[in-house]
Amino acid sequence: MLEIKNLHAGIDDKNILNGINLSINAGEVHAIMGPNGSGKSTLSSVIAGNETYEVTEGDVLLDNKSLLELAPEERAHKGIFLSFQYPVEIPGVTTTNFIKTAINEKRKANGLEDLPAKDMLKLIREKSELLEMDRKFLSRSLNEGFSGGEKKRNEIFQMAMLEPKLAILDETDSGLDIDALKVVANGVNKLRSKDNAVVVITHYQRLLDYIVPDFVHVLHNGKIVKSGGKELALELEKKGYDWLK
Amino acid sequence: MNKFTEDDLKKELETKEYEYGFYTDIEADKFPVGLSEEVVIAISKKKNEPDWMTKWRLEAFKVWSEMKEPDWANVNYEKPKFQDISYYSAPVQKKKLDSLDEVDPELLKTFEKLGISIDEQKRLSNVAVDIVIDSVSVATTFKKTLNERGIIFMPISEAIQEHPELVKKYLGTIVPTTDNFYAALNSAVFSDGSFCYIPKGVTCPMELSTYFRINEGGTGQFERTLVIADKGSYVSYLEGCTAPARDENQLHAAVVELIALDDAEIKYSTVQNWFPGNKEGKGGIYNFVTKRGLCEKNAKISWTQVETGSAVTWKYPSCILKGDNSVGEFYSIAVTNNFQQADTGTKMIHLGNNTRSTIISKGVSAGKSQNSYRGLVQISPRAKNARNFSQCDSLLMGDQCGAHTFPYIECKNNSAQIEHEATTSKIGEDQLFYCNQRGIDTEKAIALIVNGFSKEVLNKLPMEFAVEAQKLLEISLEGSVG
Repeated sequence: MLEIKNLHAGIDDKNILNGINLSINAGEVHAIMGPNGSGKSTLSSVIAGNETYEVTEGDVLLDNKSLLELAPEERAHKGIFLSFQYPVEIPGVTTTNFIKTAINEKRKANGLEDLPAKDMLKLIREKSELLEMDRKFLSRSLNEGFSGGEKKRNEIFQMAMLEPKLAILDETDSGLDIDALKVVANGVNKLRSKDNAVVVITHYQRLLDYIVPDFVHVLHNGKIVKSGGKELALELEKKGYDWLK
Repeated sequence: MNKFTEDDLKKELETKEYEYGFYTDIEADKFPVGLSEEVVIAISKKKNEPDWMTKWRLEAFKVWSEMKEPDWANVNYEKPKFQDISYYSAPVQKKKLDSLDEVDPELLKTFEKLGISIDEQKRLSNVAVDIVIDSVSVATTFKKTLNERGIIFMPISEAIQEHPELVKKYLGTIVPTTDNFYAALNSAVFSDGSFCYIPKGVTCPMELSTYFRINEGGTGQFERTLVIADKGSYVSYLEGCTAPARDENQLHAAVVELIALDDAEIKYSTVQNWFPGNKEGKGGIYNFVTKRGLCEKNAKISWTQVETGSAVTWKYPSCILKGDNSVGEFYSIAVTNNFQQADTGTKMIHLGNNTRSTIISKGVSAGKSQNSYRGLVQISPRAKNARNFSQCDSLLMGDQCGAHTFPYIECKNNSAQIEHEATTSKIGEDQLFYCNQRGIDTEKAIALIVNGFSKEVLNKLPMEFAVEAQKLLEISLEGSVG
């Protein structure tokens, strides 16, 4: 489904990604691990289309079509979703209004009518229950005054609403206590299907106890230096990253 | 010698009792440019005005002739050449069009975005409408409802004829002819406007806009509005038309006077979207407006404005809180884009005891525009326990625009409580990327963020207006990000 080919990217003449190759099939969960500064967040930003980063070589293909020429919103319409490490606040715009806009924009891009208000409400109720969200967050301004954990839960709620083909969770576990982590992981697991894929970016093994990956990749200096099954994550937990450098 | 004769004539005119027959008829469509006593008289005569009105105008003209155009506002523009303007601008006859195909396609695009019905589109762009029965009957129904309650709502030119006692009593009492340069000019040459009187204890059963919109597509260059809410009455008045008003008149100088007698309440909402000039800053309206209201005991005046148009805006809807316990409110969104300049705000003059005022001002600047908030909170020595809360928020887009805040506070009574809060923020790249990632394109994202920013003010608008105002914000900021 997603094919990353020899991807080189950087910012202000500084190379961060130095030839990444990765192939992700529908139904799979991939974990990307690695020390600070190894390029994990850059990789997710580049896939999502953040223009701060410049792609200098290689390609990213979704269903055999290159994403690189597409604007971030067009990639979103095709089913790319990024759960942000640091979700932004938008004062005065309620979470409900925001997600409603997002869903209808996506539907419009795919030639569909706006989702009727009744169906929207039903969907919101369903998904917020799945993530055990306090309903009052939905009528509050997006992420404004939310705790770190609430913001992350809100990201996964949006993912549940948008039902992406490929979801990238960028350090979704940071800032979550163990109970919230279980709820969020549980939410992600319920959204897994044979048609979508999930990329989990994390420092720690902890999240992978709950969202069990099919593949684990270790990123170092902008390259995948080792790939393996879920047991690789456990090994990293024990031995750290140094032995791979 | 020539000069002598002119002075002589001037003196003669000043001392002369004016009669209708005094001056030779000037044909409407052949009105010469420039402003003189003769022109003022001719305007008055065209409207068949009574003597006192003509005199009133002439006094205003005299005052105006001796005034200088103010230049303290934070705006730069080429001063209008007042002698190059034709002052007979009443019913501007636009060319009647046969079908919408003849209308500027860009205008039609905007109509579509605003969700304006085909019939109304035709009406607004001066296309002959085939089916008018509907609007006529609607208008009649409104008229009947208002009549039953004794509410007077009509063009001010008609009110001068039909209700001279009311007009005479209140016109110019809140904004005197001597108030300022543009108010004096307006008083001398005002073309038309609205008059509204709500009798004692009557709650006006409808937003007065609906009626307005059906009856008047365009407004004049020098509009004059007078709203009187008698004791214990209530009225919500909507001014403006949310369609793009591409009036080619360069200068607009309107005056609005509100009078809220004891226990009365007036809610006055404006959506202003005059032509702002093109992307290079060419053309556009100069909008120099004087708006002021007087509150008697326990009365309340609430101004809400959404300002998205005009090349230069100079406007300070104000409240004189004369009566004890009276309340003044000002809620404003001013959006400037490209080369627009706005200097807008309010004055809250606290004269009575326990008077309260609230100011919420939201400025959005984009492009190369300059957006200033200028506000005065004045507490007089005898106003005990006065309270004011002011909040001024500015939102900047890009790095070439400006936001300025000029708050003035004059407090002469130490029992007063005055609060002022101000913030300046910028639409962040990270906010835009976040929205983009969720499938919301940049234009839509900006609209979303700006609407969120303006929410406190948008919420004050009557429902039907709020939806259009939101769309208008969206349109005004189109293309503001490269």
